[in-house]
Parts: sequence; C-alpha cells; structure tokens
Amino acid sequence: MQSFLGVFSLLFAFWLLLSGMYVPFLVTAGVGCSVFVYWLARRMGLIDRESFPFRLAGRAVFSYWPWLGGEILKSGWDVSRRILDPRLPISPTLVEFVPTQKTDLGLVIHANSITLTPGTISVEVEPGRFLVHALTAEGAAGLAGSEMDRRCTELEGRG
Amino acid sequence: MSLLVDIASALCLIAGAFFCLVGAWGLLRMPDFYTRVHAASVLETLGADLILLGLALQAGLTLVAVKLLMIGLLIFFASPTASHALVRAALLSGIKPLLATADSGEASSKP
Repeated sequence: MQSFLGVFSLLFAFWLLLSGMYVPFLVTAGVGCSVFVYWLARRMGLIDRESFPFRLAGRAVFSYWPWLGGEILKSGWDVSRRILDPRLPISPTLVEFVPTQKTDLGLVIHANSITLTPGTISVEVEPGRFLVHALTAEGAAGLAGSEMDRRCTELEGRG
Repeated sequence: MSLLVDIASALCLIAGAFFCLVGAWGLLRMPDFYTRVHAASVLETLGADLILLGLALQAGLTLVAVKLLMIGLLIFFASPTASHALVRAALLSGIKPLLATADSGEASSKP
C-alpha cells in the first residue's frame, strides 16, 4: 500500500506538471492513467525497494548532487582544456579497482557518477571490481578510494 | 532583478554553447573510439545542462521550467548509462583501446 501511494503520487504529479490544464476531465484521466501505469509496472515486476529509492532522495538532492555538480564542472573544464590544447595532452588508461559499496544500488550510483564526470567512463561494473577508462593517467590514479567512493558508500548506508 | 536573471541566463547559454563546441571539436580530434566518448561526455553533461539551466532561467517559475528540469533529470540518469553500455559493447566486441605507455606518456596501441 505504501509503495502504491508513493508510486501513484509520483506518476500523478508528473501528469499534472506535464499537462498544465486543470479541467475535471483531464485531472480524472490523469488519476486513471496513474493507476493503470502503476498496475502495469507491478505486473512487470518493476516495483521494489531498489527501483524507487525514495529514502535516498533528500540526501542525494541536497548533499550528493551539488558536490557531483562541482566535480563535473571541474573535470569538464579540465577535459575541455586538453581538447583545446594544440599538443592534445592525453594519456588514456584502463584501470581496475575495488569499490567499497556493497549493494547494487550503491554500485550503480558510483558507476554512473564516474561516467557522468568527464574524463572517466566505467566500462565493467561488478561487485568488488570496476574497470574504468580514463582520459588521463592522473584521472585514473585518483579513482581508487576516492572522495566519490566514500560519498557513495555513505549515501548507500542510509538505505 | 530581471536584468540580473537575463545576464545569468545569457552567461549559462554562452557557456553551454562553448562546451558543446569544445565537445564537438574533441569528438573530431581524439585519436580513438574511447577517447571520443570522453569528448562527447563534456558535451552531454556541461553543454546540455548549462543550456537547459539558461533556458529555465528565461522561463522563470513556470511549468516550462519544470519540464526543462525533467529533461535535465532524464539526461542526468540516461546519458551515463548509455555511455557505459556503448563503451562496454565496444570493448566486448574487441575494439582495442589506445593506451598511453607508462614511461613516455605517448599514445601507443599496446592493449
């Protein structure tokens, strides 16, 4: 029941924000569609603790995302400088390291954060093993036991 | 106040356009598949997000801004997943990444 209310309110809010026309017929249609989509998603087995990590939302939005945004800006600027440099100072590196997250959700957050940061892409993601392609050797060296790793584990610990 | 918002929005749009151009230039300039994906990631994170932010500032507190935010969220979650799938598929299908050797820093084709 709790999951129904959570998913339903999310879907209905999505409908209301996209529609912008609040006449009785359309709002009722929105309720109908939200219930229908919830039913479909449940039949497909898409609704579980993992696919709707609401409990992480507050922490993620107010603490992790702003920090990640800063990192993206820093490394994006660094990669841009390398692209514009006539000598193209890159040293592509493949590096393997052990992430400290235990749950699938934590591993996905860490892997996605690595890929989202310009200059590093997660290639293989398994529990206990990340294979990352980095544009520079310095970028690759800073991955194991990084600040990002620590923050993702902390975020995961809340779940 | 509206002048300040206009200036902030213009700065975001210009910076976004700049990063899109740099990303495109990098895409052409990089030596192999994997490094090109790195250049594209500048484009899709900084470029797209700054342009969306600039447009949202223009829209003000309206439903349009909310929709722009939703597009931003979609990019935020979908683009790293897509890049990861792309690079993993490339590695599995046997495209050897160009790697720098430890001593010289020069790019070589050693796997």
